[in-house]
Amino acid sequence: MNRLLKSRELWLAMAILAVLVLVTLRFPRFATPGNLLTIFNDTSILMMLALGQMAVILTRSIDLSVASNLALTGMLVALTNAAFPMIPVPLLIAGCVLVGATLGAFNGILVWKLNIPPIVVTLGTLTIFRGLAFVASGGTWVNAAQMSPDFIQLQRGVFLGLPVLSWFAIVVAVLVYILMTRTPWGRAFYAIGVNPTAAVYTGINVGRTKFLAFVLSGALAGLAGYLYVSKYVIASTESAGGYELTVIAACVIGGVSIAGGIGTVGGALLGALFLGLVNNALPVIGVSPFWQMAISGVAILLAVVLNATSERSKGRIILKKAEVAA
Amino acid sequence: MTDPILTLTGISKSFPGVRALHQVALELYPGEVTALIGENGAGKSTLVKTMTGIYQPDEGEIRVNGKQVTLPTAHSASDVGITAIHQETVLFDELSVAENIYLGHAPRNRFGLIDWGRMRREAQETLDSMAAGIDASMPLKELGIAKKHLVAVARALSVDAQVVIMDEPTAALSQKEIEELYVLVELLKKDGKAILFISHKFDEIYRIADRYTVFRDGEQVGKGFIKDTPQGEIVRMMVGRSVDQIFPARSAAIGETVLEVSGLSHPTEFDNVSFSVRKGEILGFYGLVGAGRSEVMQAVFGMTKPSGGSMVLEGKAVAPRSPADAVEAGIVYVPEERGKQGVITGEPIVKNVSLPSLKKTSKSGFLRMAEEYKLARTYTERLDLRASSLSQNASTLSGGNQQKVVIAKWLATLPKVIILDEPTKGIDIGSKAAVHEFMGELVAQGLSVIMVSSELPEVLGMSDRIVVMREGLVVDTLENKDLQPETLVRLAAGIAEEKAA
Amino acid sequence: MSDITATGRRLPDRLDNPVKSAVMSWESLLVLVALAIFLANSFASPYFLNAWSLSDLTFNFTEKGLIALAMALVIITGEIDLSVASIIALASTLMGLALQYGADTPTLVAVGVGVGVLCGAFNGFLVTGLKLPSIVVTIGTMSLFRGIAYIILGDQSFKGYPPSFSWFGQGYVWWVISFELVLFLVAAVVFYVLLHHTNFGRRVFAIGNNATAAQFSGVRVDRIKFVLFCLTGLMSGIAAVLLTARLGSTRPSIAEGFELDVVTMVVLGGVSILGGAGSIIGVVIAAFIIGLVTFGLGLLNVPGIVMTIFTGSLLIVVIALPILWKMWKERRA
Repeated sequence: MNRLLKSRELWLAMAILAVLVLVTLRFPRFATPGNLLTIFNDTSILMMLALGQMAVILTRSIDLSVASNLALTGMLVALTNAAFPMIPVPLLIAGCVLVGATLGAFNGILVWKLNIPPIVVTLGTLTIFRGLAFVASGGTWVNAAQMSPDFIQLQRGVFLGLPVLSWFAIVVAVLVYILMTRTPWGRAFYAIGVNPTAAVYTGINVGRTKFLAFVLSGALAGLAGYLYVSKYVIASTESAGGYELTVIAACVIGGVSIAGGIGTVGGALLGALFLGLVNNALPVIGVSPFWQMAISGVAILLAVVLNATSERSKGRIILKKAEVAA
Repeated sequence: MTDPILTLTGISKSFPGVRALHQVALELYPGEVTALIGENGAGKSTLVKTMTGIYQPDEGEIRVNGKQVTLPTAHSASDVGITAIHQETVLFDELSVAENIYLGHAPRNRFGLIDWGRMRREAQETLDSMAAGIDASMPLKELGIAKKHLVAVARALSVDAQVVIMDEPTAALSQKEIEELYVLVELLKKDGKAILFISHKFDEIYRIADRYTVFRDGEQVGKGFIKDTPQGEIVRMMVGRSVDQIFPARSAAIGETVLEVSGLSHPTEFDNVSFSVRKGEILGFYGLVGAGRSEVMQAVFGMTKPSGGSMVLEGKAVAPRSPADAVEAGIVYVPEERGKQGVITGEPIVKNVSLPSLKKTSKSGFLRMAEEYKLARTYTERLDLRASSLSQNASTLSGGNQQKVVIAKWLATLPKVIILDEPTKGIDIGSKAAVHEFMGELVAQGLSVIMVSSELPEVLGMSDRIVVMREGLVVDTLENKDLQPETLVRLAAGIAEEKAA
Repeated sequence: MSDITATGRRLPDRLDNPVKSAVMSWESLLVLVALAIFLANSFASPYFLNAWSLSDLTFNFTEKGLIALAMALVIITGEIDLSVASIIALASTLMGLALQYGADTPTLVAVGVGVGVLCGAFNGFLVTGLKLPSIVVTIGTMSLFRGIAYIILGDQSFKGYPPSFSWFGQGYVWWVISFELVLFLVAAVVFYVLLHHTNFGRRVFAIGNNATAAQFSGVRVDRIKFVLFCLTGLMSGIAAVLLTARLGSTRPSIAEGFELDVVTMVVLGGVSILGGAGSIIGVVIAAFIIGLVTFGLGLLNVPGIVMTIFTGSLLIVVIALPILWKMWKERRA
């Protein structure tokens, strides 16, 4: 029970509930199941990206290139669809994941083999990937008229009452959850974040583990590329501009420690949902959407302050009375 | 006679500028404990890292059960059945105790996924079999240092290893916990495992080891059976010269109290610590590793904030809130962790020495390099620093010379109280004597010295008075007159108390 | 401790040859890169080698360069400030707001610079007072500062800055030499002296090399970091004045993405992102390189976004090359 109270996820879930209740008290129509599902669906892409980013941050790295990766993969898949509408959409999606993973692997290899700090690598690829999206499209947009009906409709189909886009997020969340908690690969993300030296002693290859985290983040960004383009029915070089910071914000709000080693799938999802909820609630309560950015800024700062106070080490435990009795 | 499980022959390993191991050999036999003996810097840790796949030897071969193996990674070492309990606890604070024990070889269910239930159960069984009294599902960070060490032992037991390396496993344990560890070692022996036991403590070696191997300066200088070899002979092999360490005679006149600390407390590290040090006095702090001595000193130095207590320096109340405050007041600290806290390894000697004295060497805030070189030369030459130039990067110096840089840095600030935390840990015998001699000179010039040390001969040889700490508390303060080493050890380990209880 | 005498061997000050190490330095490599791009530009476009062209070129980097000077110090201590562009947005917006209340030019400048310093102090407090990681703090304040600008302005903009104010961004001190360029060069000299020739600069390097050991050596680590965040805020405030004056209007999206360009400049200039190493000269040359690249490609009608491929690749290649070179040499040895 004590441990449950300390859980960041619980507090975050309660904060989300509090926002919901407050908004609903004044605007009862806000918390209808339909509207809540819309919020979930609108946040799906952010949730997937946050999960990939979490894997990277756990390993004491950061991936600033996710939004550019999304823009490039989205542009490539839209162009491919426009040029060859006969290619089945599932194949295109697989291609997106593959391209995204390759772009992530490029980040990862520079981090792994050349030991360049992740922030430098992904700062570079952030501009490169988006620039390539421009080169690929020649600066033009791919719009609804050029996309095949399947391409647009696939994620809008409804399965068991939920849009397919939401199902994508759910399946990704479940897979990442299993990966993070039940496989040596996932546990290695945590291990090298908590104590890289000790990780080496346990036989974990730190560089390769970081590489894998970047590949995962890239693959999810690639998947998000297709979903984003088909959701907003437009592919442009500016797709998701600056979105990498929203993704990192979702992780931080969700309790993922930027110092590595701490963070859960549930937390990252809740962090994303919190941002999604705020975005959807603002227009309902009659606040200009221009407040959105400042609010997420405040949320990030609050989250990092709260995380830090709970993480702060209180020194070595030497006194017998300070040791927790087993 | 049985064949050895593990055989090392002709192992050499060099690092830039240092020959860590030269043509060493080692055999480990099933059901036997082999003690690896040698001074700090003799190459023991390097050998352990070579056997566990962290380092690759430059030459030589490793055979397990007669078959030659290479150990490119830590994984490959555990695959051939070699596991180690390392000196520093290499564990994961944020993970649970169970996962710390099973990380890397966790039990899987039939889908190949980690089976947490079984992992927790088996971890608990292992811990219970050791009578560790630890709940396997709790986060590791909630445990004290001794219990963390037991988790490390449990980790080694959980791997089905043929060879278990224990690198100073008792350094941080209390006497009671050490006894428990001996029982575990006996269990391992009965299981037919080969054990390499690294220790500085001779009572320990004679208690549990069957064989010994002695290293000096990266070479193997002797081996044999413990029961056939007197202690003196092993010590001679170890140091390569006469054992009796010579400490300088204390000639300083002890004056009035300079620093008086009373009731210093911290929520988790220490409680109600009081002591005083006088002009020209060396005050020794003895205790087991992890007894809270360094933590007290860091609070005195303004590094951590105490929750209670007061300090008086030369009649004036001081409460340094940062090391900068402490240095200004005249209290300086030579930390134990030289590489992390002492020298700034990316910078040259001269910048290391001048850093706290920049106000003196600069002119209205602007650097004057000539003055800095002058200051650095004055104090480093005084300490007989061995370096090619003052612009040599501090990271390329040996441990002993790094220590001299740190001491020079502080002497340049003309302090009143100098705190030395394990001043001779990990430095060679020659440098050790130099540091000891120098401490004598410091007090002769009227400084007050506080020396934290875990080495009994050093504490007894150098101190005027000795404060003994255990588990964050001061247990006694003794005049260093006709003190028996046993008295200190008992106080530090709490043996007397436990017998009474 | 007065009886210290120099005994034993004399330790020489240094053994390496200062001339040789200057030739082999990162800065010399950057100068070569800059020269190569300059030559390529003058061959590629007939309009390049012209006093006014070259003068226009400097506007491409002066504002970012000013911030990069302070950012270099922040990064040398091992921290980072990603909120600089948002500080510009907030400072510019508040200047615009002050303008609506009839502020004159000196007041406008004071508002811009003052807001910058306050924002920097806020970052500094969060990082040093509350001991939070700077990368997260400044991602947060990046949203917060620009968010406030959006709350104030929405999709509107402030216009109508007086000509005396516009001079800061459009005026020339002498012939083709703009005020912005002069300010940048003066600031570069000030920062050069500060970092390389003062106690403060020495302590900045010490913190970056090993913050713990620096603190153990009596360096007031938190105080210095706080000052550096204020300094970055100050330079961002000054950049806000220049940029607003140059554009003649304020939108909340002003200077979007500047932070990444500034960090790129600093890293390209040889400042280690891990802290502890770097030089102001390198940063100044890197600022010129980025200006040259942007301007040169602009003359060739290459769209802005494609240029970013070039700067991004330059960043990675320039950092990767020495590492690859070292690996190659080690393999051969």
